[in-house]
Amino acid sequence: MQKIALGALLAAITSLAPLAAMAQTEIQFWHAFTGRLGELLDEQVASFNADQGDYKVTATHKGNYSEALNAGIAAFRAGEQPHILQVFEVGTATMMAAKGAVKPVYEVMEQSGLPFDPNAYLAAVTGYYTTPEGQMLSFPYNSSTQVLYVNRDALTGAGIDPDTDLSTWQKVDEVLDQLKTAGHACSYTTSWQSWVHLESFSAYHNVPFATQENGFGGLDTELVFNGPVQVQHIDKMGEWARDGKFIYAGRRNEAGANFRSGNCALFTESSAGYAGVKAEAQFAFDIRPLPYWEGVEGAPQNTIIGGASLWVMAGHEAEEYKAVAAFLNFLSSPEIQAKWHQDTGYLPITSAAGEVTRAAGFYDANPGTDVAVIQMTTKEPTENSKGLRLGSFDQIRAIIDEELEAVWSGDKDAQAALDSAVERGNQLLRRFEQASN
Amino acid sequence: MEKRVTFKGWLLPLCLIAPQVFISAVFFFYPAGQAIWQSLFIPDPFGLSSRFVGLGNFEYLLGDSYYRASFITTAIFSTLVTLAAMIPALFLAVMADRLVKSAGAYRTLLIWPYAVAPAVAGVLWLFMFNTRVGVVAWYLGQLGYDWNHVLNQNEAMGLVVVASAWGRISYNFLFFLAALQAVPRSIIEAAAIDGARFWRRFFTIVLPLLSPTTFFLLVVNIVYAFFETFGVIHTITSGGPQQATTILVYKVFSDGFVGQDLGSSAAQSVILLLVVGLLTVLQFKYIEKRVHY
Repeated sequence: MQKIALGALLAAITSLAPLAAMAQTEIQFWHAFTGRLGELLDEQVASFNADQGDYKVTATHKGNYSEALNAGIAAFRAGEQPHILQVFEVGTATMMAAKGAVKPVYEVMEQSGLPFDPNAYLAAVTGYYTTPEGQMLSFPYNSSTQVLYVNRDALTGAGIDPDTDLSTWQKVDEVLDQLKTAGHACSYTTSWQSWVHLESFSAYHNVPFATQENGFGGLDTELVFNGPVQVQHIDKMGEWARDGKFIYAGRRNEAGANFRSGNCALFTESSAGYAGVKAEAQFAFDIRPLPYWEGVEGAPQNTIIGGASLWVMAGHEAEEYKAVAAFLNFLSSPEIQAKWHQDTGYLPITSAAGEVTRAAGFYDANPGTDVAVIQMTTKEPTENSKGLRLGSFDQIRAIIDEELEAVWSGDKDAQAALDSAVERGNQLLRRFEQASN
Repeated sequence: MEKRVTFKGWLLPLCLIAPQVFISAVFFFYPAGQAIWQSLFIPDPFGLSSRFVGLGNFEYLLGDSYYRASFITTAIFSTLVTLAAMIPALFLAVMADRLVKSAGAYRTLLIWPYAVAPAVAGVLWLFMFNTRVGVVAWYLGQLGYDWNHVLNQNEAMGLVVVASAWGRISYNFLFFLAALQAVPRSIIEAAAIDGARFWRRFFTIVLPLLSPTTFFLLVVNIVYAFFETFGVIHTITSGGPQQATTILVYKVFSDGFVGQDLGSSAAQSVILLLVVGLLTVLQFKYIEKRVHY
């Protein structure tokens, strides 16, 4: 606080150019990106600032996703919130429920008078952040979805055709058997188990994860991911774990190292993991669509996204919201989106950006990078596959992680574990409902 | 006869205790009062609205079997951390006390780990026991033991206990060493002349004389295990596998700062405050009686 005040004072004294300062509207953008992603973000901001003279965006790194969200909340409580806050997808319901703390993106765009066509965006991506009436609440900044990474050399080594069909879990099951027989130490591993094997899994098989359109319809939503389709899948994975075919490496993306080092043959992970795999893998690899269970009606539907979106915080001046709108508009432009998509492996948020990328020959030069886009966009999303909007979702994920670990270690069967996860998660949803009403 | 200092008037004594009272008020009574107040509400994260629920948060917590299980986890964890931090420290102190040559160098080396922050210690231990690249995990694998703290609950508990206790050994070592050096040589020499061997002298003379230090360290280490270990747990296991390493203070942190459930988090800190208060009272009431000053 004192530092900021001192800084402001110094700036005011040293610049002595109040006119210039008044002419340019400055907005704050808090984010959670470091490393390569942080550099790319800074690049975007710099090019926005250079392109025009009216507005200036200042990007600040505020720690990881949870820390950035906490920083935003604490700042709001102190009346010093940034204009734009990057919030991960599991924080969506928290932000939505905070009416009065956020200003919906569609409102910001409307009031700015800038051209804004909601139909230009990919429904499968923006749907996660849109009301049932189609109003965009937050701006999808970085979105990815789950794909299957295949170590081709490992398959060849086990005497399996590396081009073998892996589109269904039935086929994967056979390949896991063959890998095991060939003595492969780790046939399969996954990152983000709840996201891949329950959240997106449910969407992909067109079964609900929670009632009330997965929470889109209201706060009185209840978890229902203990249905037969999910139980059968988790049961099968438990079996793979006990047979030593599926190696569990951790709750987040610890498993990435197991795949990139060549230890594991098959790996389900975010499409945004592409850059890392490409940089480190000393073997030939492939990206395939996420497998589904053949025979489940409606499968494959579409998978759902993860990542983060940009929320506009309430309590600022109209002129500053114009600056925010101009910045979001800039981020939506096909060139910026296409570059972001190609550099990071995140999904493009407009169809125009996808077309620019295709026309530039990027997908031909980098086979597999369009798998995620195709997987998300071939079918119109249903109410089971638009996304999830659940309060306390970070905590619910932790509960799911705990219960799944009980299945992998053989302490519980799939049905008991999922029943218990649903029951415990529902308690949190009720508390969230109480807090938000 | 006890010697007492008496003051004339009130001003000077009030001024003398004022800083301590002020610090306690700002850093303890005020936040603790806030926590108690907040534990009666379910607020939304942004502080826009708050719903009074009375003891609802406590009812919710105590009705949750997973929360109750976390008491047992905490008891096991704190006992193990305290033992693992004190016994090796005492052993090392006794050995260092007997050193004649280069005692200073040994002492410095033994005190070093205390300078490592708990979260950093957590990362160090995690590296060694990483199931894929960890050195120790690899050697265990060579010996035919499949180390997997990611799924094995006992191994996970063992790992966080060792990582939490490791830095504390140095701290305890310092105190034990100082206490050992205060043990009068003449008593030990007399016992030695009477024919008592080293370990007999240790158990019948030295250990009882160390009891004030041991008691102090016991209290301090239990408080440490209760409150300051969440950095280690956060970096190594995040409370898993399942709930094997979810101790009370870790749950306070994760419900409050990850889950944004401030009401529940505040209620948990109140419960934790009561538990530790009770423990300390018990220790002073029953164990202190057996301490010889």
